[in-house]
Amino acid sequence: MTHHAGCDKCEELLQGFLDRALSDTEYAEAESHLDGCDYCRRRYRFETSLRMYVKTSAIERMPPGLLEKLGALRSTDASAAGS
Amino acid sequence: MGDEEPEDTGARRVAAEARDRVRFEEEALELADQVYRVARRFVRTREEAEDLVQDTYARAFRSWQSYTPGTNLRAWLLRILTNLNVDRGRRIQRRPDETPLEENDYFLANKVAAADGEDALETDRVVERLSQDSIVNALSSLPHDFRDVVVLVDIGEFSYADAAQITDVPIGTVMSRLHRGRRLLKAKLAEEAMA
Repeated sequence: MTHHAGCDKCEELLQGFLDRALSDTEYAEAESHLDGCDYCRRRYRFETSLRMYVKTSAIERMPPGLLEKLGALRSTDASAAGS
Repeated sequence: MGDEEPEDTGARRVAAEARDRVRFEEEALELADQVYRVARRFVRTREEAEDLVQDTYARAFRSWQSYTPGTNLRAWLLRILTNLNVDRGRRIQRRPDETPLEENDYFLANKVAAADGEDALETDRVVERLSQDSIVNALSSLPHDFRDVVVLVDIGEFSYADAAQITDVPIGTVMSRLHRGRRLLKAKLAEEAMA
């Protein structure tokens, strides 16, 4: 399981592949390489879990009380507008 | 009030506008948690994030009429937030002499594999290596322009096009900042994980 010809190109296509932003040709190129390359396949999977982990780690819920403070900034009061 | 039907279209328009405004405010408030999660990663502290979100909503409620109904309200709010954050003079904090090291996309994976073997690339092992704090620190260490785009796309789940609109740069610039920002993030994580 080592780096070989085609892996560099596959590495370049990694982000676009996971973002679903490649052209059809590039997609086909990445997919056909990944089919035969365990080295790249593991690294694509690693990137997928890393992205998920970055997201869950970075998400922080809104502190309690903030929503009320934002509500107090409203210029209208719902009852005035009728229903 | 009273038994007369409001014939006056002016009065109807005022009533309709008031309803639109209430609806706008309610829809904006429903997005507060999602707006906060982006704001939180734009600034260092929770207090700064709260201030930023409050300033954003104050401005949004004042200028609600410039929002076009049916368009992406979350992106509209984030555009205000991003502008406010830039206005706050964060540009002063930037140290132009500090150019972080950018590596290729497999860099972190290769480091992990070199240290612990290929099997370490499985999901659970990533978590063992990288603490939540190290992720947050690595994100906040990115230069602002890169970090904003990474936060918008990878945490806020905005499309390239929305991120371009929010940060007011062409879509090509968003893509290049995003790609470079992610590589910088991984290089930083590699430093942390291997320390």
